[in-house]
Amino acid sequence: MAVAALEQEILSMRKRRQLYSLIGLLLVVAVLVSGYSKSNAMNSGGFIQGLSKFFDYPGEIVVEAFDAGPAFFSLILQFVPAMLETLNIAAVATLLGGAMAVVLAMASTRNVDSWGPLIPVVRRIMDITRAFPELIIALFLIFVLGSSPVPAMIAVAFHTAGALGKLFSEVNDNIDRKPIEGLSACGASWLQRIRFAVLPQVAPNYLSYFLLRLEINVRASAILGFVGAGGIGQELRRTIGWGKGAGDETAAIFVLLFITIMAIDQLSSYLRGKLVGTGRAH
Amino acid sequence: MTVDTLETPVTQALVWSKVRQRALITVAVPLAILTYLVYTWFAFGVPDLLSRAQPERALILATDSVAYKVHVTKDFRRNEFEVAIEGERTATYDNAKVPEWVQLNGENGVVDLGDGYRVEIDGRTALFTIPGYGVVEGTATAKGVETVLPEGPAPDWIKVDPRKLDVRPTLDRRLQITKTKIEVHNYFGGWENFWFPFRSPLYGMSFSQLYALALSSDRMDPDTSNLWFIVDEFLENPDWQHGKVFTALFETIMMAVLGTLTAAFFGLPLAFLAARNFTPSKLLRFGTRRIFDFLRGIDMLIWSLIFIRAFGLGPLTGALAIAFTDTGSLGKLFSEALENIDNKQVEGVRATGANQIQRYRYGVIPQILPVFVSQVLYYLESNTRSATVIGALGAGGIGLLLVETMKTSRDWENTSYIIILTIVVVILMDQTSGWLRRKLIEGK
Repeated sequence: MAVAALEQEILSMRKRRQLYSLIGLLLVVAVLVSGYSKSNAMNSGGFIQGLSKFFDYPGEIVVEAFDAGPAFFSLILQFVPAMLETLNIAAVATLLGGAMAVVLAMASTRNVDSWGPLIPVVRRIMDITRAFPELIIALFLIFVLGSSPVPAMIAVAFHTAGALGKLFSEVNDNIDRKPIEGLSACGASWLQRIRFAVLPQVAPNYLSYFLLRLEINVRASAILGFVGAGGIGQELRRTIGWGKGAGDETAAIFVLLFITIMAIDQLSSYLRGKLVGTGRAH
Repeated sequence: MTVDTLETPVTQALVWSKVRQRALITVAVPLAILTYLVYTWFAFGVPDLLSRAQPERALILATDSVAYKVHVTKDFRRNEFEVAIEGERTATYDNAKVPEWVQLNGENGVVDLGDGYRVEIDGRTALFTIPGYGVVEGTATAKGVETVLPEGPAPDWIKVDPRKLDVRPTLDRRLQITKTKIEVHNYFGGWENFWFPFRSPLYGMSFSQLYALALSSDRMDPDTSNLWFIVDEFLENPDWQHGKVFTALFETIMMAVLGTLTAAFFGLPLAFLAARNFTPSKLLRFGTRRIFDFLRGIDMLIWSLIFIRAFGLGPLTGALAIAFTDTGSLGKLFSEALENIDNKQVEGVRATGANQIQRYRYGVIPQILPVFVSQVLYYLESNTRSATVIGALGAGGIGLLLVETMKTSRDWENTSYIIILTIVVVILMDQTSGWLRRKLIEGK
C-alpha cells in the first residue's frame, strides 16, 4: 500500500518535472522565433535580402586582397605597429586590473581571514566594476582625455579588476587553511600569512585566469579601438570608412587580427595547461 | 607525491643555487613588469596626453548632467526679451508669465540670480552686481562690447574681449554680452522637462494630479483614453525621447538574448561532433574543432562589421554577430564538458537496453546540463555588455544612441540618462542570470 502510494508520488513528480522542462523548452523556442521575427522587422535590412549580400563584402575584400598580390604581405606588416598598440592596451590593462583584483580578492574572502565588515563592501564593489560596460568608461574618458589608447586601457582595466577579483576570490575560497593556521600559530601578521601561506597555493590558478583574461582583453581592446581608442580598431575604422578601394587594407587588418587572436589563444591555452595541469583550455 | 628513495643528496651548493634562482625571479619579474609599464607610459604618450587633457570637460559634463539652465536673452535685432529653458525655441516662456526671478518691463529687465547676485538690463547696457566684488558694467555697441570693471585686477572668471564679455562668478550664474545680445544663464538642479515636454498640457503636473487625470472621464484628447495620452506624451517627449531610448535598450537586450540562445542551440549538437568519446572519426572531429576556432578567432568585431554590411542596422545584425562568435566559444566548452563525462552512467543506461538517443538523453544530457546552463547564463551576462559595444560599431541599439548623443555633446543630461539606464539594465541582467543559475543548478 505504502509502496504503491510512493510510486504514485514519484510518477506524479516525474510528470511535473517533464511538464516544467517542456514549458522551459517551449519558452526558449518561443523567444527565439518571436525574437528573430521581431528583430528582422526592426532591422533596416531584412534577413532574406541580406543573405544574398552576405558574401558580397567578404568576397569583395578577398578579391581586392588577391589583386594586391605579394604587396598584400607588406600591407600586413604595415599594420603590425597598430596591432602592437592594441596588445599593449590589453597587456597593461590586464596587469593593472589583475593587481587590483588580487587586492580585492584578498579583502573579500573569509577563508583567508579578510577583515569581516569589509567583505560584503568589497564584493559589491566588484559586482559594480564587473557590470560597468567598458564602452561607457571608454567613451567618457575619450571625451575628457582626447582620442588615445589610455581611455581604452583604463576602461578595460576597470572591468578586469572586478571580473578577475571574483574569480580570484573563488580560488581563495578553495585553498587549504592549514598553512595559514600554521603561520598564525607562530605569530605571523596578516600580510605575512597572505604572502607565505596563501600566495604559493593560489599562484598557478591566478596566473591561469590572468592569461585567460589577457585573451579576452585583446579582443575587447581591438573593439574599443573602433570607437576611437587607438590601435588596430582605429585603423580598421579608417580603412572601412574609405569604402571601396581600401578592401585590401581591410583584409590585411582582418588577417592580422585573426592570426594574433589565434596565436594568443593557443599560447595561453598551452601555458594554462602547464600551470594547472590539465592539457585543455576552459 | 611519490618519494624517490634514491633522492640526490642535498648539498649546500644545490640549496644556494635554488635560493639564488628564486631571488633572481623575485627581483627580475617585478623589474620586467616595471620596465614594461614605463615603456607603455611613453608608447601611449601619457605625458602628452596629460598636457592635452581637458578636465574642465568632465566638470561641464558633471554640472550639465545634474543641472539645467534657463536663458534670459535680450536680442537687439528683434529688440525683445526671451526667457527659455536651455535657450530652446520649443521651451520658451510666454513673456507675460516668466518665472518670478525675472522682471521684464519693456526695454528693461531685472534678473535676480539669488544670494545678492543680480543683473539689471537697461537698453544695451547690463549691470551685474556681484557680492564681495562690485558691479560689472557691459555695454553692447555697434562695434563690440565696452566693459567697465571695479578697481583692481580682474579675477579669472571674467573674460574681457572687445567682441565678447563673459562673466561667471559662480558655476551656476553667468552673463554674456556680444554686440547682438545680452544673455543671462541661471542654473537649476535636476533634469528639465523630464516627464513631459514644455508645451504639453501635462507639463508641471504632480503625480497625484496625473493619477486623478488618468482616472477622470473628461478626455484630454477625444481619440484616446487619458492614460494612453499620458503614456504617449511621456514617450514622445522630444527632449528626452524616452520611446527611442527604451526601444534601443530593448534592441540591445534582444541582441544578447537571441545571440546567446542561438549560439547554445547550434553549439550543443556541434559539440558532440567535436568530442573524442562521441565522434570516432578523427577527420570530422578535427574539422569541427577548426570551425569552432575559426568562429572564435574571427572575433565579434569582424563579424559585426560583415553583418552590418549585409543586414544593415538593427538587433538582427548584433544577434548574428554574437551567435557566430559564441557558437565557437560555447561549442568548445561543451565539447570539453562532454569529454569529461562519466561513462558509467551511459553504460548503465545501455544495460537496460536503451537505444542511442535514449542513452544520450538519460546518460549524457543530465551530466552536462549544469555546465550547459551555467555557461549559457555566463555568456548571456557578458553578451549584454558586448551588445552595447557592438551597437556602437554601428549595429544600433543603446550603444549607437550613446555614441550619437555624446557626439552632439549638447545635452549631457541625455547622455547621463542613457548611461544610467544602460548600467541599470546590465546589472539587472547580471542579477537575473545569477538568480537563474542558483535556482536551476543549486536548486535553491
